[in-house]
Amino acid sequence: MDRRRFLASGLMLGCSAAASPLLTPVALASAPWENRLVVIILRGAMDGIDAVQPVGDRDYAGLRPTLSMVEERTELDGFWDIHPALVPLMPLYQAGQMGAVHAVSTPYRDKRSHFDGQDILEAGTVDLSGAAERDGWLNRMLATVPGIMAETAYAIGTERLLILNGQTPVSRWSPDARLSLSPQTRLLLEVIYANDPLFHAASEGALRIMDELEAEEHGDEARLQGAHQQLAQFAASRLRHDSRIASFSLGGWDTHAQQHQALPRALTRLSETILTLQAELGPVWDKTAVICITEFGRTARENGTRGTDHGTGGAMIYAGGALRGRQIAGDWPGLAEADLYAGRDLMPTRDVRAHAAWVMRGLFGLDQSVLENAVFPGLDMGADTRLVL
Amino acid sequence: MPFDPDLCAIRFGTGLSPLVPAPGSSAEVLAILAGPDHAAEAWHIPPYAVATPSLDALRLANMARREVADTPEVAAAEAAYDELARAHVEALAHNVKATIARKIGTSDGLRERLVMFWSDHFTVRAKTGFLRHLVTPYVEEAVRPHVNGRFADMLKAVETHPVMLAYLDQTNSMGPNSVRAQRRDRGLNENLAREILELHTIGVDGPYDQRDVRQLAELLTGLGLDRQGTVYRSDHAEPGGETVLGVTYSAEANLSTVEAALDGLADHPSTARHISRKLAVHFVSEEPDQGLVDTLTARFVATDGDLLEVTAAMLDHPAAWVPERQKVKWPLEFMSSALRALGIAPEMIMTMEARHVRQMLQGPLAVMGQPWETAPGPDGWSERAEAWITPQGLAARINWAMHMPRRITEDLPDPRDLVSTALGPLASEEIVFAAGAAEDRAEGVGIVLASADFQRR
Repeated sequence: MDRRRFLASGLMLGCSAAASPLLTPVALASAPWENRLVVIILRGAMDGIDAVQPVGDRDYAGLRPTLSMVEERTELDGFWDIHPALVPLMPLYQAGQMGAVHAVSTPYRDKRSHFDGQDILEAGTVDLSGAAERDGWLNRMLATVPGIMAETAYAIGTERLLILNGQTPVSRWSPDARLSLSPQTRLLLEVIYANDPLFHAASEGALRIMDELEAEEHGDEARLQGAHQQLAQFAASRLRHDSRIASFSLGGWDTHAQQHQALPRALTRLSETILTLQAELGPVWDKTAVICITEFGRTARENGTRGTDHGTGGAMIYAGGALRGRQIAGDWPGLAEADLYAGRDLMPTRDVRAHAAWVMRGLFGLDQSVLENAVFPGLDMGADTRLVL
Repeated sequence: MPFDPDLCAIRFGTGLSPLVPAPGSSAEVLAILAGPDHAAEAWHIPPYAVATPSLDALRLANMARREVADTPEVAAAEAAYDELARAHVEALAHNVKATIARKIGTSDGLRERLVMFWSDHFTVRAKTGFLRHLVTPYVEEAVRPHVNGRFADMLKAVETHPVMLAYLDQTNSMGPNSVRAQRRDRGLNENLAREILELHTIGVDGPYDQRDVRQLAELLTGLGLDRQGTVYRSDHAEPGGETVLGVTYSAEANLSTVEAALDGLADHPSTARHISRKLAVHFVSEEPDQGLVDTLTARFVATDGDLLEVTAAMLDHPAAWVPERQKVKWPLEFMSSALRALGIAPEMIMTMEARHVRQMLQGPLAVMGQPWETAPGPDGWSERAEAWITPQGLAARINWAMHMPRRITEDLPDPRDLVSTALGPLASEEIVFAAGAAEDRAEGVGIVLASADFQRR
């Protein structure tokens, strides 16, 4: 190829760019639903008992002599207090757009390994048999719906989120994968990928995402600082357009020691993440459900290093205009010795998958039989959790 | 044979280099592979048995600091633990550096590629932070010595290795009727047995069923760990003999019974076929030529799984030299072949600080979709080009190609020279043009490395 042919191909590129969806509004196939679902995976096992504190339970203070000492309490009702680091979410709570479900867990029991617990949480199965072809429950859900495009669901971050792995094509993007290229380099990328459809399609996709992000950042929306806020900001940028599902994870929950220092950091990030989603989604927030799930809870008793160890039952925090907030839902089992699981953990009284299933039924109108067979095989969804408005 | 030195370095090695000449013939490549492991000597990685800090030392230090929490001794215990934790971080960075240094400095690229292939075939992943720096030492100890040896030897080394036992939950498995299970509410864990059959030997389409999984799991119950390493725990072993794929193994079991069962699986014709196809898929094509797979299978069977012979059969087969480069390099291969093509000295990598290793190598690998030694499951990394060349994966590759080489070296080559160094006569017309048309040297280098030409093999 010589320079003249290159220029010609550049001109042709200019022509095709004029017809690209970036510059002219092209009607894309409409997404199957209007509602949005964000699933945030809290890796490391969030201490539900500290995030949403059962101060009205008579055994609570005894089990947590130091962790229950808080300088300023924020009561939700007579029974529940919210952790101080979640107080920034109180306006959402008061507006009925944030709440929690307590004493939930996956079917995973006893070994309390993060690794297996997270795999089961994302696989949505009872155990990990047939581990080699594992897929995730969000991907299986998408597989039951006609008209899904890769753009419909986004796995966000550098990790390979198991929850969205599977047969249905999904999009993946990490805010770390930024491309700033000179105009000349962009033209040359066209040249070097011209004869390779796979590379060509991927580079087009990458450049489109970058262009959309840049176009949006020209306004007063500066790029947010924290990595967790960048995840939320990117998720919102997709959900405002054609995407309906987004998932990413937040770490820092494994608070074996000095929990009064470690947990506020993680909860603050979670608060900021949810508030970023709310702010960036704008009016779309009203059609959005955010559920925050974790692999298991932590021990009911605090340990000798002012922390908590791996447990069983925990809490699911949720938010979004599509959900019924201002409540701590769930069937509270109590913290008396006899009420604990294996004498040490909060007893799970509901499968967290049932909550996820009812949320998807409410948001997307999926059949219960589909949810109980294809999405969460073998799950008994039980009575409606009524989280969706 | 249609041997091509440039294609050989790209498809069967770690890429072309301005410092190391491309191989002259398949016979030369195989003779080097059969000889001493010079790269392992030049860029040392300790085998698991002597790697520090050991799992045991980390566990003890961690227990010690918890035991003395809230006492005056806590400061000393914390300091001792922190020192091991720092050593652990340094060891992890060293593993990354030495692995990449070997790939960019070696004259024996096929060995590095085989180590990568086999360590992926026998994927493990650190389930606890304490094991993260011990994954490369596991490869060094159980995989690397056998890539030019017998499959059965590698299989036995891997399946009885502490890191594999921890990864696939064997440490918790016990026979339902064992002495131990009578006292504790625990039982059989089939994970290791299932993956041995499904992934490591027979293959998921092979002639085994759930009974074989269960029988093999019972046969393996004695296999476990103590503080020193792998042991045979008679009190965990399921009493009675077991029958796996029609072969019955003695009720008087010990470690050699486990090895005999693994030998039996290594000998099975389905294993030969499964391994042969997987090699062809990894090196040549997602849909490999059936003649190539049949040839490798026949050689595997005829030589009792001599992997040097099986590898030679691949290099000797015309279908392995199909000119179309159908496979895409994994991120680690892409990155190391780029550094190799740029003429970066291995010593430059070896002397990098740990934080630079994270910023310039490990972090970008994760964004490209291949976080260091953390494959998504026991089936390892994907062999599908589409799994890697996604918008995010490719953006990360382009980003790295544009920005990192200039941070790693001030001495970037002329992009036009890089095209011929990196691709030789395999360079397309488009990439030759684009290399000369870039705005500056760094972008030109980026364009060459980001090209489909360079990323395919």
